[in-house]
Amino acid sequence: MTDERARVRVTSPWTERPRALPRRTATSEIDAQSEVGEIYLRTLLRAQLRAALAVLGMLVLTIGMLPLIFWLTPQLTQWQLFGMPVSWGVLGFGCYPVLVLLAWRYVRVAERNERAFARVVERS
Amino acid sequence: MDEVGVSPVPGLVALVLVTVATLAIGTWGLRLSRTTSDFFVASRSVRPGLNAYAISGEYISGASFLGVAGLVLVFGAEMLWYPVGWTAGYLVLLCLVAAPLRRSGAYTLPDFAEARLGSRAVRRASAALVVAVGWLYLLPQFSGAGVALAAATGMPTWSGGLIVAVVVVLNVLAGGMRSVTFVQAFQFWLKLTALLVPLVFLVLVWLGDGATSPATIDAGGITGKVWADPIDSIGDHPLYSTYSLMVATFLGTMGLPHVVVRFYTNPDGRAARQTTLAVLALLGCFYVLPPVYGALGRIYAPDLIASGSSDSVVLMLPVRMIGGIGSDLLLALLTAGAFAAFLATSSGLTVAVAGVITQDITSRRFEGITAFRISAVVAVVVPLLLSLLTRDTAVATVVGLAFAMAAATFCPLLVLGIWWRGLTDLGALAGLLVGGVLTGAAVIDNLLVDRSGGWFAALVAQPAAWAVPLAFLTMVVVSRATPSRVPVHTTRFLVRLHTPETVSLDRD
Repeated sequence: MTDERARVRVTSPWTERPRALPRRTATSEIDAQSEVGEIYLRTLLRAQLRAALAVLGMLVLTIGMLPLIFWLTPQLTQWQLFGMPVSWGVLGFGCYPVLVLLAWRYVRVAERNERAFARVVERS
Repeated sequence: MDEVGVSPVPGLVALVLVTVATLAIGTWGLRLSRTTSDFFVASRSVRPGLNAYAISGEYISGASFLGVAGLVLVFGAEMLWYPVGWTAGYLVLLCLVAAPLRRSGAYTLPDFAEARLGSRAVRRASAALVVAVGWLYLLPQFSGAGVALAAATGMPTWSGGLIVAVVVVLNVLAGGMRSVTFVQAFQFWLKLTALLVPLVFLVLVWLGDGATSPATIDAGGITGKVWADPIDSIGDHPLYSTYSLMVATFLGTMGLPHVVVRFYTNPDGRAARQTTLAVLALLGCFYVLPPVYGALGRIYAPDLIASGSSDSVVLMLPVRMIGGIGSDLLLALLTAGAFAAFLATSSGLTVAVAGVITQDITSRRFEGITAFRISAVVAVVVPLLLSLLTRDTAVATVVGLAFAMAAATFCPLLVLGIWWRGLTDLGALAGLLVGGVLTGAAVIDNLLVDRSGGWFAALVAQPAAWAVPLAFLTMVVVSRATPSRVPVHTTRFLVRLHTPETVSLDRD
């Protein structure tokens, strides 16, 4: 067994403040536009965009489908409810609660995303 | 129009009362508004509740208060898409724009464009479009006010628009945005009450008369069956027209200058969201009402269709159904509501357009509040003159075109500016140009040429479905072709837009 490798001495560093590097917070990473900051931002952006698109997708699937539904099923206009056609009730009264519900849902998710983001950023 | 014995007295009394109340609240607001910041954005300190009333009060225009009922009376259920779209627009705005727009710290759309893209050229293009959309929206307010006041009081048609213009200018000159906030919150309640109270009586009368279904009545050349159908053939391509209208209203709301300006008065992004949610609820309550007037008009006032004064159906119903002193009181209430509707929307638009004119033109020559006051006068006089010079146009048609133009220009700018890092100044400029020119051409064609049927007519009457995707596409393609022009501060700016205010960032 040859002894070509230099001997390595393992000791603890004799410095007073071994970790005296400037503390890097998440907010400073974001401010400095570092790669870590980029990741923080991208995470938040994706989460918020996903929340928005989910709710807008629901809008398309509910109210956005109505013209097609009315177009394909003209019977909806013949069926009556309290003297008015069913399609009238759906369009004149039924749409608004759906819209408010979707909006309420979005606000909840968006605020949850922001709280989660604030927690992550402030803990690190 | 007053052959059915409409007395001018209740209408005139209502007119005077609303004017006095508006100016009184405006003056009261004056004592609170001291600085230029108060004038523009109420110093960004309006609570979500009050702000939601103000936004709704401002948003519910004469087109909503009178126009929807008139359209429903004539064309039926397919016109219900308008109020649904006007409300759904706030959902899209909430999801894509509300909080980031508030956090951008900009006051107007041109401010946003310049801050995001660092380009004077995009700023100028946005400013021109704000003024174009604003005037396109003000024009029908003035002509609609003329028609409404003529119906209620027998005054000449031109005088209504003039009165609205004068009151708006006085009010804006007196207090700016702060007083407008109070005035508009008051006007929301006035409008809701004015529509709700008479309706209770009218529905009771209708029930007492045996509750005939409006869907069984043939009037104005349209059978009850066609009238009740939400997708039916006034035009040749109803499915296309309906979807195109949806695109315009869903995406156009976020680009209306008077709506956007209001968002800067919220204290922070979270409040901007809460405000929008409240606005949706308030609009939902309001928009249930006007179509019922239209439906009742089918039974009690079908002659208004033939005489071409269907827009006055809301005002005429109490006279037709109740009569006597009761109908006078209800007519006064409805006139007050209609006048408030014209005033509120015109004030908001005037503040928004004047804000842009101040920042981009008059502030170079005059300072602070003086520049704003001069701009306010300019912002009102031009559309007023246009409304006196052009022929009568249906309020809702022109309003619909304003929505289409906003959807094809500011919607792509805001959505891509807030969510996409790759947007460049050239891309934005090209997109604004394509959207603005295409919809602008459609507007001019609609106002000047009367087309009868066919695909081309349908495409021009509802341009949003093709103009909005084209504008988006142009912005993306041109931005992709000029990647070196992505502003260096893009990431920093997007961080500011999306980070909640609780996180302490460097937000210079």
